[in-house]
Amino acid sequence: MEKIKNMSKFTRTNIECYGMVLLAFVILLPLQNAGLISYSIAGQLVPICTYIVMAVSLNLTVGFLGELSLGHAGFMSVGAFSGVIAVACLKNTVAPDWTKLLVAIIVGGILAGVAGLIVGVPVIRLRGDYLAIVTLAFGEIIKNIINCLYVGVDKNGLHFSMTSADELGLVDASPVLKGPQGATGIPKISTFTSGVLLILFTLFVVLNLINSKTGRAVTAIRDNRIAAESVGINITRYKLTAFVISAILAGMAGALYAMNFSSIAARKFDFNTSILVLVFVVLGGMGNIPGTIVATTLLYMLPELLRQFADYRMLIYAVVLIVVMVATNSERIKLFADKIKARFSREEDITDAAGKGGGTK
Amino acid sequence: MSKDKMVPVPSNAIVPERDINKIPILETHHLGIDFGGLKAVDEFSITVGRTEISGLIGPNGAGKTTVFNLLTNVYQPTRGTILLDGKSTAKKSTAQINKMGIARTFQNIRLFSNMSVIDNVRVGLHNSTNQSLAASLTRLFGYKTSERKSLEEAMELLSFFHMDDMANRQAGSLPYGAQRRLEIARALATRPGIILLDEPAAGMNPSETAELMENIRRIRDNFNIAVMLIEHDMNLVMNICEGICVLDHGKVIAKGSPDEIRSNPKVIEAYLGKKKGGVEGGEE
Ligand SMILES: Nc1ncnc2c1ncn2[C@@H]1O[C@H](COP(=O)(O)OP(=O)(O)OP(=O)(O)O)[C@@H](O)[C@H]1O
Ligand SMILES: [Mg+2]
Repeated sequence: MEKIKNMSKFTRTNIECYGMVLLAFVILLPLQNAGLISYSIAGQLVPICTYIVMAVSLNLTVGFLGELSLGHAGFMSVGAFSGVIAVACLKNTVAPDWTKLLVAIIVGGILAGVAGLIVGVPVIRLRGDYLAIVTLAFGEIIKNIINCLYVGVDKNGLHFSMTSADELGLVDASPVLKGPQGATGIPKISTFTSGVLLILFTLFVVLNLINSKTGRAVTAIRDNRIAAESVGINITRYKLTAFVISAILAGMAGALYAMNFSSIAARKFDFNTSILVLVFVVLGGMGNIPGTIVATTLLYMLPELLRQFADYRMLIYAVVLIVVMVATNSERIKLFADKIKARFSREEDITDAAGKGGGTK
Repeated sequence: MSKDKMVPVPSNAIVPERDINKIPILETHHLGIDFGGLKAVDEFSITVGRTEISGLIGPNGAGKTTVFNLLTNVYQPTRGTILLDGKSTAKKSTAQINKMGIARTFQNIRLFSNMSVIDNVRVGLHNSTNQSLAASLTRLFGYKTSERKSLEEAMELLSFFHMDDMANRQAGSLPYGAQRRLEIARALATRPGIILLDEPAAGMNPSETAELMENIRRIRDNFNIAVMLIEHDMNLVMNICEGICVLDHGKVIAKGSPDEIRSNPKVIEAYLGKKKGGVEGGEE
């Protein structure tokens, strides 16, 4: 009986997550196809999917591993530009768009994962806030590297340069990546459907991980590092695993994002973007995946909805953030929410509560 | 050398009769650590039998917890060697030492307080759960089997401590006594050869303490392992420990059976001389 309850607790989270995403998809896709969604909202669909993937993956690092990462956009950036380059390499092939996008996402994920390893290996064994500092630096470094990176593809293969486009020596082809101008001429092959599929993939990875031996080890390290060590858990290994998986997913999100625009520059993935994603995670709840999805969607739409307030838009946005933050952290409001929840709770919760009472005796 | 191991050299017959012909589970030779100028532990040499319940006692600040931290390499020893099951633990990490066979609890309870009770124990089963990262990520490759096995084993351990009905509660929300039991269950889940308990009876009432004593004996008898405990409750120590080692200011001042310790003038002086430090439960 206990076991069954134990299982049902996380299947409930799973159902909530997958259900929410699928429901939104089923409602929005026909609307989009019928052209019933306003142009500005339709343009936000892929970015929202991207940011949900970003926030859910960051929650793995921040919520479950308990490490602060301030450079999540850096991994997104690595994924975005490596994805763009991968697709440029496939330009002259007849592969359908979705295979190109898939290749971009996979390449983006792998390279972001490698970046995650490079950043993680030296710092993740250290205690304290080193990871926050190093990821912050990483985000800035990546931005600056890509800002002066020139890449082109022609029939002789890939060409790289750190100084100018001319130096690439391209034979009848124009550069893909032009330093501060960023990438141009990107085929817009991301679709809402591909975005939803990537969210589902991310949820599959993250939710499975959480409910597994690996996930328990990661959560244990967060809760009490010394105790986790004392029961034989290799701290570095599991921290690195979670961190790299989080980076891979961010890279995939980056590739999806880039393929939604015809051009994109490195400054899009700066510190502000990292912080934005962190805000989604904090407001959605550390370690709370359904909450993260909801918070990301609402907060991403908010500036859009506030557009009519023109100049006061960001001011209102900030006020809303503060109010939400205060509200979700206030004991009194939590108690109130609990009361409401209890009123609507199902029978099983009541028996559960009774069980708790008995247990304390 | 092998004769050394058969006979409990540094102790006066600390190793119980039944363990004398087996190599000891734990031996330390001249173990010591300095914190700055302070010799927190010095010349600490003991031998613990395979199925022995032993006690480490001494006034506050004597260095008892430090000994546990040395044994599990939370602190690197400045001097001396530790042999676990005949093998040196030098240069091993805390996690590796746990895999070699030492499990422990902490003086100030360290649970994974945001996780459920059963998951705390399942984390203890980590190294005996056969589940690859691929299985974790995909729920394939034997995921179901390994999860079920770890659930069942964890439930078994919980029921050993009569905690089955608390399995799904959050560990941090348990009453104090249950938290202590959970910490022991989690340590046992790692299948140690010796379990170190740091003040397991602290904060317990007499009936809980009596239950704890019973549990400690059951742990030894069921799992066939050695138990070493730090405790200020003299009644408990004198009742269940077969061998006792007394520390004062980082040095071993006495070793022996409960009767020997009780009548040892040095021990009496160490305790009475520091009446303020106090021995709860007293010797009476
Ligand atoms: N990390 C450390 N750095 C410096 N000094 C330490 C450290 N850990 C312990 N000590 C010192 O070593 C001595 C022994 O401490 P320890 O915690 O081992 O005592 P104890 O016997 O467990 O006492 P208690 O009965 O109060 O738990 C104390 O003087 C303590 O201040
Ligand atoms: Mg202590």
